Amino acid sequence: MTRNGIRRVIATFGQLCSIVLVIFGYSQAAVAQVFDMREGVTEISQRVQNLHHISLGVCVVVGIVVFGAMFYTMYAHRRSKHPVPAKFHESTPVEIIWTIIPTLILIGMAVPATTALIDIEDNSDPDITVLVTASQWKWHYQYVEADIGFFSNLATPQDAINNLIEKEETYILDVDNPLVIPTNQKVRFLMTSGDVIHSWWVPDFAVKQDAVPGFINEAWTRVDVPGVYRGQCTELCGMNHAYMPVVVEVLPEEEFDAWIEDQRVAAALAGEQAVADRSRTWTMDELMPIGEQVYIAQCATCHLPDGAGQGIRYPALAASEIVNGPVEGHIDRVMNGVADTEMQAWAPQLSDRDIAAVITYERNSFGNATGDIVQPLTVFESR
Amino acid sequence: MSEAPAVGETPRYYVPHTSVWPIVGSVALFIMAYGLVTMIHQTTDKVAAEGTHGVWIFYIGLGIVAFMLFGWFGTVIRESVTGMNSGLMDRSYRMGMQWFIVSEVMFFAAFFGALFYARVISVPWLAGAGSNLETHTFLWPDFADVWPLFMTPGGTETEAMEAWGLPFINTVILVTSSVTVTFAHWALKKSQRIALGVWLAITVLLGAFFLLLQVVEYAEAYEELGLTLGSGIYGSTFFMLTGFHGAHVTMGTVMLAVMLFRVFSGHFTPENHFAFEATSWYWHFVDVVWLFLFTFVYWF
Amino acid sequence: MIAHADTIPKQRHPLIAFLLRWLLTTNHKEIGTLYLCLAFLLFFIGGAMAMVVRLELFQPGLQFTQPDFYNQMVTLHGLIMVFGAVMPAFVGLANWLVPLMIGAPDMALPRLNNFSFWILPFAFILLLSSMFMEGGAPNFGWTFYAPLSTTYGPPSTDYFILGVHLMGVSSVLGAINVMVTILNMRAPGMTLFRMPLFVWTWLITAFLLIMAMPVLAGAVTMMLTDRHFGTSFFEASGGGDPVLFQHVFWFFGHPEVYIMILPGFGIASQIIPTFARKKLFGYHSMVIATIAIALLSFIVWGHHMFAAGMPLAAELFFMYATMLIAVPTGVKVFNWVATMWRGSMTFETPMLFAVGFVIMFTIGGFSGLMLALVPADFQYHDTFFVVAHFHYVLYPGAIFGTMAAVYYWLPKWSGRMYDERLGKIHFWTATIAVNLTFFPMHFSGLAGMPRRIVDYSIAFADFNMLSSIGAGLLGLTQILFLYIVVKALTSGEKVTDAQVWEGAEGLEWTLPSPAPLHSFETPPVIEPDDAHAAADRA
Ligand code: HEA
Ligand code: HEA
Ligand code: HEC
Ligand code: CUA
Ligand SMILES: [Cu+2]
Repeated sequence: MTRNGIRRVIATFGQLCSIVLVIFGYSQAAVAQVFDMREGVTEISQRVQNLHHISLGVCVVVGIVVFGAMFYTMYAHRRSKHPVPAKFHESTPVEIIWTIIPTLILIGMAVPATTALIDIEDNSDPDITVLVTASQWKWHYQYVEADIGFFSNLATPQDAINNLIEKEETYILDVDNPLVIPTNQKVRFLMTSGDVIHSWWVPDFAVKQDAVPGFINEAWTRVDVPGVYRGQCTELCGMNHAYMPVVVEVLPEEEFDAWIEDQRVAAALAGEQAVADRSRTWTMDELMPIGEQVYIAQCATCHLPDGAGQGIRYPALAASEIVNGPVEGHIDRVMNGVADTEMQAWAPQLSDRDIAAVITYERNSFGNATGDIVQPLTVFESR
Repeated sequence: MSEAPAVGETPRYYVPHTSVWPIVGSVALFIMAYGLVTMIHQTTDKVAAEGTHGVWIFYIGLGIVAFMLFGWFGTVIRESVTGMNSGLMDRSYRMGMQWFIVSEVMFFAAFFGALFYARVISVPWLAGAGSNLETHTFLWPDFADVWPLFMTPGGTETEAMEAWGLPFINTVILVTSSVTVTFAHWALKKSQRIALGVWLAITVLLGAFFLLLQVVEYAEAYEELGLTLGSGIYGSTFFMLTGFHGAHVTMGTVMLAVMLFRVFSGHFTPENHFAFEATSWYWHFVDVVWLFLFTFVYWF
Repeated sequence: MIAHADTIPKQRHPLIAFLLRWLLTTNHKEIGTLYLCLAFLLFFIGGAMAMVVRLELFQPGLQFTQPDFYNQMVTLHGLIMVFGAVMPAFVGLANWLVPLMIGAPDMALPRLNNFSFWILPFAFILLLSSMFMEGGAPNFGWTFYAPLSTTYGPPSTDYFILGVHLMGVSSVLGAINVMVTILNMRAPGMTLFRMPLFVWTWLITAFLLIMAMPVLAGAVTMMLTDRHFGTSFFEASGGGDPVLFQHVFWFFGHPEVYIMILPGFGIASQIIPTFARKKLFGYHSMVIATIAIALLSFIVWGHHMFAAGMPLAAELFFMYATMLIAVPTGVKVFNWVATMWRGSMTFETPMLFAVGFVIMFTIGGFSGLMLALVPADFQYHDTFFVVAHFHYVLYPGAIFGTMAAVYYWLPKWSGRMYDERLGKIHFWTATIAVNLTFFPMHFSGLAGMPRRIVDYSIAFADFNMLSSIGAGLLGLTQILFLYIVVKALTSGEKVTDAQVWEGAEGLEWTLPSPAPLHSFETPPVIEPDDAHAAADRA
């Protein structure tokens, strides 16, 4: 069959199933929005949607035939209408027919699926490569060529999750730093993970790929339409699996280049800031509010806002021996984490100032009263 | 409800009406399982479980399991000796044993699957084979694909176990024992009591000797080669496969020893010796598994 | 002649006698009853957990549970429904029916039978007790992927592992028993191709169990050593691979899902001819199709792992193999329709459930086929679309099948009839509730809702509310079912006819109702013609 022929078949099936759905009482547009797989914004996502339409169409048609026959016979051959049952049974020709016809239908479905899959798995010749590293429960994006990288955390406030404030349209689909990619370029994603398996999914790109610790899986996309696209982690990855959104901002090419430049400048500034931070002595009053902010944003999911922890899985920081013990031990625990537990190493994720602040905060909150003030310089030196 | 048949009269199918052994066995397995977990928790640092007596609970469970097997098989033997087992019943036992061995084959298949997966897929991939170049470049740039895996991606080092030393001797021992158990079987079928006893005894000894050599081999692995459970996937598959095989050899040897004892008690006849046959099937199965082990774990 | 050794003295305190009877029994009917009761109890427990899940998902935001507890509920719900409800229910039916259908005095290995059953309650005590342990119950999904379940699993994971080991022992021993019974204990004249289809499907299910369960045991054993003894099967730094776990798990897991449906196929194949008063169309092709499904089930496991990073060739292979299963399954569906065709049908409750089974299982099969297309699966995978798929094949599949069987054979088992009017009400409310619960999940999945999430974006709120309302209704229908069964057993109308159902054929219907504790002590003689008719009809 030619490409056009395939297209036509696809279109027919697509219409067919839309019609079926319309019969259920919805306008086609509404159907598409509410009941259909998303069309998405890439060539691949549209082909995948077509494939969905084909297979759905096939199933609906086969269903109409099979269920139609069933309902007809249940109606027409019920005892009150058809008291004497027929005697026939076994027929090899019939068995052969209903073996062969489904086989042919399946082959028909396998063709577009195979061609689409071959294109999806073609990761060659990317324009940009992004290394995506998952960890509980955040994403880290590293632009391999540009050599910049950052973490992307959930930005929905805890109060919204606890139903204390109104939920926004983007409830639990908001992050602090979205991944930014340009339009019309082939972006290759290298997925990996630092702890358990996660899965990076953006429905509008039809990209879903598991991030497996110790291995790198590849996927790619090429987006034509600028915009913000949202998805979620789709592999159960522990407690906050529901709170691990993926947000991708697609910028027109020039804007993207400008954004990269901004990032470079920002990184340089942060470096200078860090030098400035560690060159002076901070007071308790300066560190505590910063520490509280960092604590609520990063640590409270596990250790809880009041430091009470959660059973034996997530130790309480209130009255903790480490928090109330020598400062070095505490710094080490926060910076390096504990291997093979959810307590990750925070050194690569937070600035010297933030680590100093959060440790100071922990040592002087939740009933802990060590009075210690940890300086960014101390943190810097233990890096 | 019909009465138990008079001794000597064979019912068409003997259906015992009640039995205490299954429930004893279930409770025992439960105790064993519970004990095993507490024991593991006690000896590893996952949970602080001091003061729990996992080891003892485990051994108590194990003891009851042994007691249960003793009692259960004792009952079956009594039934068999008093002639309550019809030919049909005998066939049930045979088929039961055969399908049990099939399930054991699948149990080993899981571990062989892991071995092949490691050798054919995960190790080459970690070293960048196929479409996994990036795995190699970004994550494990220093890792090279060799088998046995002398150095894991994480850097743990080990030496490989040489096939033509102890393992080869063990192969000879097991193959020989498979032959001797067959000789014993032939002797049994020809009612040659003494030959039966001798061949069977030799088989038991060979089994025990195999186990002894395996202990020596493990000691060598741990002390001289640095080959441990923790030395990467090579060590993992090595010990998992040989270890479970060893456990089966132990079981098999015990079963053979029991058969020897029963031979002395004059239990078997040339026509009726299902337990003996089942044991010898089991022994052959263990032998075949070893041949695969020798080929894929030690040799290639 | 059959011999029984009765070791319980007659004079005992009634309670002790009662306990001893059920603890020590080797009778296939009593053990069958035990299995069915345990399955029903665990179905309620698993269902109550589903209620917690649906209650939490009623609205976005955290309502009643904390995220970790939610994960525990989902995990235990899946595990208990699969291993505690569906599998024991099917084994219970096999215990009751297989000896009756093949004219055997009992199961081949009666003591082993008791052992297989009594391991189970202990296995579930191990599993359920984990809820009360420090660190909580297993929380990594019923598929327990490494390393979430190994390095990061809570301490109770080890109890879970041993629990799974016990369930595995139970299943394998039970399957061996069924296998041997069918192969060895058939009445003279009952050739393999004269066996009723329920027996055939169980023969093949037993084969799947014997082949698949040990692999699961291997998987959890590797988990245990990875957790505590330093092995690195599922750790890349040691040369292993977390995805290896998925391969081993699904090598078991996919045959497992057919273990949960094949006996259901058998039940439908018994019931539909009875109420259509017409022979099963295509007995032989039904058998061949079942065998084909079973064999194919060993080479399709990869379809659960399309997003895990498989090479293109493997993805294609698993896609084609998976799609192929639609062919033999289609043969079964078509044969059922052809059996009904020009019959003379009445719709008593068993028939209603059987027809509901065929229709809604097929819907679930259709979504399965859609999942098999790899590019589309990238969108469906790990969303509620998958949840919709497997509940369609499991609830109106496996559970409807079991319920049809209970309605159909209960008069034979107990000698009492259920209340037909209540039965019909049960069917219709259950059907409405099932569709209300699980159909909207297709749409929430397509809209992008991942599975196993405690909280979701407000875009999915409407569908989830529908599902939750449906689930509540579904919960009520279970209570109705319980009531119907209890009522039938205690005060149901007495059944006098051995035949019970006018159109029913097969050996079990030659026995009086209720079936006596010991049946076919002298094997029935199957006249070639009769037998052929019996087998063909059944
Ligand atoms: C009883 C259980 C059961 C049954 C019978 C099936 C049957 C099938 N399943 Fe399902 N499946 C599950 C239980 C079951 N499944 C479970 C529990 C999961 C999720 C596990 C988890 O991750 O937790 C799952 C997940 C699952 C996936 C993985 C989805 C994902 O995670 O991304 C896939 C993918 O291919 C799949 C496919 C199929 C197919 C093709 C069939 C086929 O057997 C269906 C065949 C039937 C038909 C097709 C209908 C009748 C046929 C006709 C009328 C003929 C003509 C039809 C045509 C030609 C269209 N299943
Ligand atoms: C045979 C198997 C089986 C059965 C019968 C069911 C039955 C049900 N399942 Fe199950 N389900 C699975 C197997 C099954 N499930 C599996 C394998 C998973 C995947 C787990 C995983 O991801 O790891 C899953 C996951 C799963 C999810 C997805 C959770 C998630 O991904 O976040 C949901 C969500 O709605 C759900 C709901 C239900 C409901 C409402 C029922 C209902 O049909 C239940 C009806 C029964 C009852 C309600 C019990 C009887 C009544 C009472 C106890 C009285 C009390 C009632 C009230 C108070 C109303 N199930
Ligand atoms: C994903 C969950 C998680 C997050 C987020 C988290 N922790 Fe932890 N934390 C843990 C776990 C688990 C442990 C226990 C590790 C162990 O010893 O086994 C722990 C232990 C600690 C300890 C040692 C406490 C003791 O008494 O043993 C400190 C201090 C600590 N975390 C500080 C922090 C800080 C500071 C942050 C945020 C910047 C943070 N944690 C974020 C999970 C988390
Ligand atoms: Cu990360 Cu789910
Ligand atoms: Cu499957």
